[in-house]
Amino acid sequence: MLNAEKRKTLLLLIPVILILIGYVLYPTLRTAYESFFQNGVPTLQNYEDFFGSKAKANLQALWNSVWISLLSVLFSALIGVPLAYIFNRYEFPGRRFFSNIAIMPIVLPSLVGVMAFMFLYGEAGLIPNAIKDLLNLSEVPFKIGGISGILIVHAYTMYPYFYMTTASALSNLDPSLEEAASNLGANRFKVFWQVTFPLLTPGLVAASLLVFMVSMASFSAPFLLAGGFRVLSLQIYFSKINGDLEMAATQSVILSIVSITFLLFMRWYQGRKDYRMASKGIGAHRSEVSNPLLKWTMVTLGVIAMIVLLLPHATLLILSLVPEGTWTWQTYPTAFNLENYTMLFDTPYIWEPVRNSLIMAFIACLGVFVFGIFTSYALVKRKFVGKNLLDILVMIPWALPATVVGMNLILAFNSPNPFSFGQILVGTFWILPLAYFIRFLPLVVRSTNAVLEQLDDSIEEAAQNLGAKWFYTFRKVVIPIILPGVLSGTLLAFVQAVGEFPTSVLLYTIGNRPISIEIMNQLRMFNIGQAAAYGMIQVALIAVVMFISSRFLGVKAEKSLG
Amino acid sequence: MSTVHLSAITKQFGKVTAVEDLDLLIKEGEFFTFLGPSGCGKTTTLRMVAGFYYPTKGVVKFNDRDMTTVPPEKRNTGMVFQNYALFPHMTVFENVAFGLKVRKMSKEETKKRVEDVLRKVRLDQYVDRQVSQLSGGQQQRVALARALVIEPDILLLDEPLSNLDARLRDEMRAEILRLQKEYQITTIYVTHDQVEALTMSDRIAVFNFGKCQQVGTPTEIYNEPVNDFVAEFIGETNLLTVKEVHAGEGRRTYHADKLNGELAVKDTSLNIGGYTENDELCMSVRPEAVEVSDQPLTGANVFPGKVKMVQFTGAAVHTYVEMNDHLTLVGTALNQGPSTYLKEGADVHVRLPEDQIRIVPKAGV
Repeated sequence: MLNAEKRKTLLLLIPVILILIGYVLYPTLRTAYESFFQNGVPTLQNYEDFFGSKAKANLQALWNSVWISLLSVLFSALIGVPLAYIFNRYEFPGRRFFSNIAIMPIVLPSLVGVMAFMFLYGEAGLIPNAIKDLLNLSEVPFKIGGISGILIVHAYTMYPYFYMTTASALSNLDPSLEEAASNLGANRFKVFWQVTFPLLTPGLVAASLLVFMVSMASFSAPFLLAGGFRVLSLQIYFSKINGDLEMAATQSVILSIVSITFLLFMRWYQGRKDYRMASKGIGAHRSEVSNPLLKWTMVTLGVIAMIVLLLPHATLLILSLVPEGTWTWQTYPTAFNLENYTMLFDTPYIWEPVRNSLIMAFIACLGVFVFGIFTSYALVKRKFVGKNLLDILVMIPWALPATVVGMNLILAFNSPNPFSFGQILVGTFWILPLAYFIRFLPLVVRSTNAVLEQLDDSIEEAAQNLGAKWFYTFRKVVIPIILPGVLSGTLLAFVQAVGEFPTSVLLYTIGNRPISIEIMNQLRMFNIGQAAAYGMIQVALIAVVMFISSRFLGVKAEKSLG
Repeated sequence: MSTVHLSAITKQFGKVTAVEDLDLLIKEGEFFTFLGPSGCGKTTTLRMVAGFYYPTKGVVKFNDRDMTTVPPEKRNTGMVFQNYALFPHMTVFENVAFGLKVRKMSKEETKKRVEDVLRKVRLDQYVDRQVSQLSGGQQQRVALARALVIEPDILLLDEPLSNLDARLRDEMRAEILRLQKEYQITTIYVTHDQVEALTMSDRIAVFNFGKCQQVGTPTEIYNEPVNDFVAEFIGETNLLTVKEVHAGEGRRTYHADKLNGELAVKDTSLNIGGYTENDELCMSVRPEAVEVSDQPLTGANVFPGKVKMVQFTGAAVHTYVEMNDHLTLVGTALNQGPSTYLKEGADVHVRLPEDQIRIVPKAGV
């Protein structure tokens, strides 16, 4: 007979496993299965087409993805690490302010961010044209696009991963370690390379892996900026658009293999015993910069960094004030008003995408909230065989590029099956909320794991000892304690779902088109102002969520991003 | 109120045996302490009484009811956790009322009982505070009140004082005893602190390596330890390996290699512990029984030595005497003023009184 504890664990696990198998494992396997077919006949032809000499484009795209990602890691690290070091180790006027600005790229949803970069530094960009006019040049002095564009956008959006890990590692670093090293006679250079840097490496490696995965998966930047340049995530989209689902499946499998390998490697790396110390309650110590030249250099650096970092936000704001049809052949916008915002409220087809996005993100997040809590509880507080496997299964949608998640769903739900209750989901309203649910489940599970791990087992035992049954304890003790953490994770998932582009572009229908799709449509119609106004809505939503998280939930929203 | 009867309890975690073949009967209203070093199985045993672990073998009974596999929420025990485990999202009142709410007690009755118990732990003015606003000692009292208010059959205390500073610890010790006497409640107290165990308990069970070494009153445990582990773990002692050489005429004689001499010990049950021929033996003598003097001493068991160190602790003075290269003995005397302190390096005589020595077998591991 199973004892009561085991029965409870089993009851908890059954729905968790069912959902994960139905909506994560099955679609992934379905894609793998499809990749071995061509016109309904089992074959390896797709893989031959991928790796063979016939279609060089695919292999080239894979190779491009890899080296773009490696360069993205390098550039992000080169920006993020020194910035974190300067802002966390030296005290100078405005330091706190600058260090808050440093994480601003994360409030820019990827598609919106890319759009801002395009209008800022692109062919018709404001900066190159302003320089051209100021210096009376005949041509714009520079423009981003293709590879340089992708790399610059990646560096801008991904350096915060390095910034945040370095900053937190530095503030967790016990200053007495460095003091001990200098006490033993090491000079400042030696102290940094022999003590500080080795202690930062675990965080840096983790950030590198993360940035590599994120940029392998990156879709919006290549989509808008690549021109003729091909990366793998984009190839999947083109194969799908051209109706070659089997090739899209094959490309998805290749990209999945890369991503899941990285996920496993990352788990191994983080699970390994490392030598970082967990001494608590250490005050970060910062050296006061007394040399006035150095001090003002740093302030200048801070100001320049701030301007560069906030320019995309400012551009977005300015563009959103440009009414339709007033900026066509002119170098600069000619008119500004609030028309794009007022149209949101008095023109139904402008408002519709916003409503769609909000409703679909809400449905997805409701599911993620409930399901995330139970999954995380099972993972953190229950013992069972195969826990590691379940943990990997939960994290798979996080590791998989959004494009692949989209493809998996198309291939799994374009025919009826038990998990879709015998319906064809592709082409209906429900496919997008489902996609958002799967995409953002890992985020909520992770943030819930973090708070549940903090919750001492004795708290639950105390409630039980006082006579409370498991479910009563769960409702009255566990949930209220973890709620702030779970909510902040869910809110973050919500804003990301509102702005989600890659899965949306694969799965939307006219009826449920979300904001990101409408931004794309408006860009196609050269109605830049309306596109920017949609972007501003997302930025505002994110800002509100971050404010709520830090003010009412006591959680720094950027913490749950990593 | 009830008795707790553990019979033939064994608990294994995988291949590790945490508790082995334990038999204990805790009487009604008794203050019973599990004492031992960390990892000795005392907390595991307590958790089996609370129901958080089920024994691998054996039976747990409260009075005559078999509780071995009853879930914790149906045992009606009140437990105070080492870290208090207060619910951080509730006020003092809500924390204490939790158990009553689970028991579906009426609002008025709950309020009355909570206020009553908070008065008893002297926290009545903190009813509406958040628990995070309380000091360690106050949190401790809330935990105690929360466990007491449900009128449990058994009160379980898992190292409740280990997170408090020394002065608070003394205060809470008295407080716990007072409440236990007032409620007349069967109490199991887990600690690794021998002073707590000796001052509070009616009876103590000393644990080591998952086995219960000895059960007895504090004086029995201190004065008549059953083996060298108990003698050494409770209080300070001088331990020496000895061999029996002669028995008869109301005293026995032992040879101590390290002293290179023979020791006479009175043949009473107080001085000679139970052992068999095959046991290795130890002699234990408490420092406060050892006489150290710079004048010649008469009687049996007098040995010469040299003062190595004199340690002043306030109420007492410890004198460390080097007997030879392999052995240093400690003698403790109450502070009688500076004129009585011995000088380091002085030649002295040490007497191990024959009626204060205890011979015990070595504990098998």
